[in-house]
Amino acid sequence: MGQQLINKEHITHKRSMKAFIRKHIGWLFIIVSVLAIGLFYFYPMIEAFLLSFQSGAGASLKYVGFDNWMRLFGDPSFLAALINTSIYLLVQVPVMIVLALIFSVLLNDPTLKFRGFFRTAIFLPCVTSLVAYSVIFKYLFGVDGIVNHFLLNVGAISESINFLADPIWAKIIIILAITWRWTGYNMIFYLSSLQNVDHSIYEAARIDGANAFQQFFQITIPLLKPIILFTSITSTIGTLQLFDEVMNITQGGPGNATLSISQYIYNLSFEYTPDFGYAATVSYVIVILIVFLSIIQFKVAGDKK
Amino acid sequence: MKKCKRIFIYTFLSIATIVSIFPFLWMISSMTNQSVDVTRGRLLPGTHLFENVKKLFETVDIVPALVNSGIIAVVTTFLTLFIASLAGYGFEIHRSKGKDIVFNIVLLTMMIPFAAIMVPLYRLFGGITDTMPFFGIDTLAAAILPTVTTAFFIFFFRQNTKMFSRDLIEAGRIDGLSEWGIFLRIYVPTMKTTYAAAAIIAFMNSWNNYLWPLVILQSPEKRTIPLLISNLGSSYSPDYGMIMTAIVIATLPTALVFFFMQKHFVAGMMGSVKG
Repeated sequence: MGQQLINKEHITHKRSMKAFIRKHIGWLFIIVSVLAIGLFYFYPMIEAFLLSFQSGAGASLKYVGFDNWMRLFGDPSFLAALINTSIYLLVQVPVMIVLALIFSVLLNDPTLKFRGFFRTAIFLPCVTSLVAYSVIFKYLFGVDGIVNHFLLNVGAISESINFLADPIWAKIIIILAITWRWTGYNMIFYLSSLQNVDHSIYEAARIDGANAFQQFFQITIPLLKPIILFTSITSTIGTLQLFDEVMNITQGGPGNATLSISQYIYNLSFEYTPDFGYAATVSYVIVILIVFLSIIQFKVAGDKK
Repeated sequence: MKKCKRIFIYTFLSIATIVSIFPFLWMISSMTNQSVDVTRGRLLPGTHLFENVKKLFETVDIVPALVNSGIIAVVTTFLTLFIASLAGYGFEIHRSKGKDIVFNIVLLTMMIPFAAIMVPLYRLFGGITDTMPFFGIDTLAAAILPTVTTAFFIFFFRQNTKMFSRDLIEAGRIDGLSEWGIFLRIYVPTMKTTYAAAAIIAFMNSWNNYLWPLVILQSPEKRTIPLLISNLGSSYSPDYGMIMTAIVIATLPTALVFFFMQKHFVAGMMGSVKG
């Protein structure tokens, strides 16, 4: 009798133990990630915040209050980087998304021939590493690059254009390069979503007399809204972080005509006399911009619902 | 009218195709030409492929760079898959209020630009260089560690875990498997395609990563492929034929992955948005 009681107690104890483990073991699965995210993201963010109030060359840092933050407003290089990055953002992201949408709608037509070929070809640029395609674009648009040869041969120009030494052309080349690399990537997102759309919706619209443009704006765009929001946010974040292309195509030049914010942070930390404090301040500007723009994009997409 | 539209569409798509693949054709053709022919605008393939390859392997340390990139990419891919799938599984299967809050905090890091944490990370690794030289500045370990755990892959695995049947977990418990055993023996084999998709993206990201290796790897013998190509590309008198050969070699692994596993690759891209 006594023995039985102990056994019972033992069993319930074992059961509650098991329940306890089952309830909390989830934490063990996520603990490594949580610690790593803390160490490699949150700790640096806090450190960068503290650094933004310090100044000095290399490791000899001391607190200087808001000096770094005030310096931002009178720093022509920072201003140039901010304006360049805004231009990249305002021109490149919309152009790319519109192009990707057009491609995806055209390629979604089941009666189109060579769909697979077109799709793969337009998607192909995203196999290249950012550095590799940047170097290729630099050479394509070089003074004796193939683009100049082509333009000379067809008679469009009488002498080679030094694209990368011209402030406006250099920006255009950077925008062209990014668009080349990422349009197909974004197209795949739209195409995959379109494939889930029931074709009868379009048929019904056609019967109701809607033309191609009306179908595009009144059916396709609303259906793709969540994915367009997703791609515009990722593209915005990507463009705000632009580094590899600028570094390898123009190195920010001519002058500061193509300098991006990320490259300026890199230069402040590792190219010039290291000024980690000011670099951290500039980096917080990107953080603020990303948070701000993401909220706006969410709001814009949310309001139309 | 309808025919006109068709012709217009095909023309448009053909131009897009030419623009998309021309840089590749030019790169491959230039790989077989002498530098001077490339600057003269030669488009046709030449006969100097062997010469370019030989020059590349003799004058540039491409082999160590390939080895470094290979080690970094493979180790990063394995660690990423392991850590992120554990977390994705934990967050979804052992869901709780507390963990959902933690998950949302983790997601916030997607908005953190790398440039913002680069300097503190550099100082972090600089600080341990003396006490733990294996993990310090200019080591492959330092190039790997901060890139392994990303909110993207945790999110990716969590999204895909939503489709994992909970009956399998119950079955495992009845069979007497431990929670760890369920993950390892049931979850991992069932989610093979998710792992494949994640592996492709993790490998490509790591193989192509530029900024962090540029910051942390300083000695020439530690250079990765993107660092090497960037270096070649910025030389004042570039040997175009040789550089194009290097770029083709650097692009080969990701291009092969792309062609043979395009379905998984697309699945990987889409896995981050559905759900």
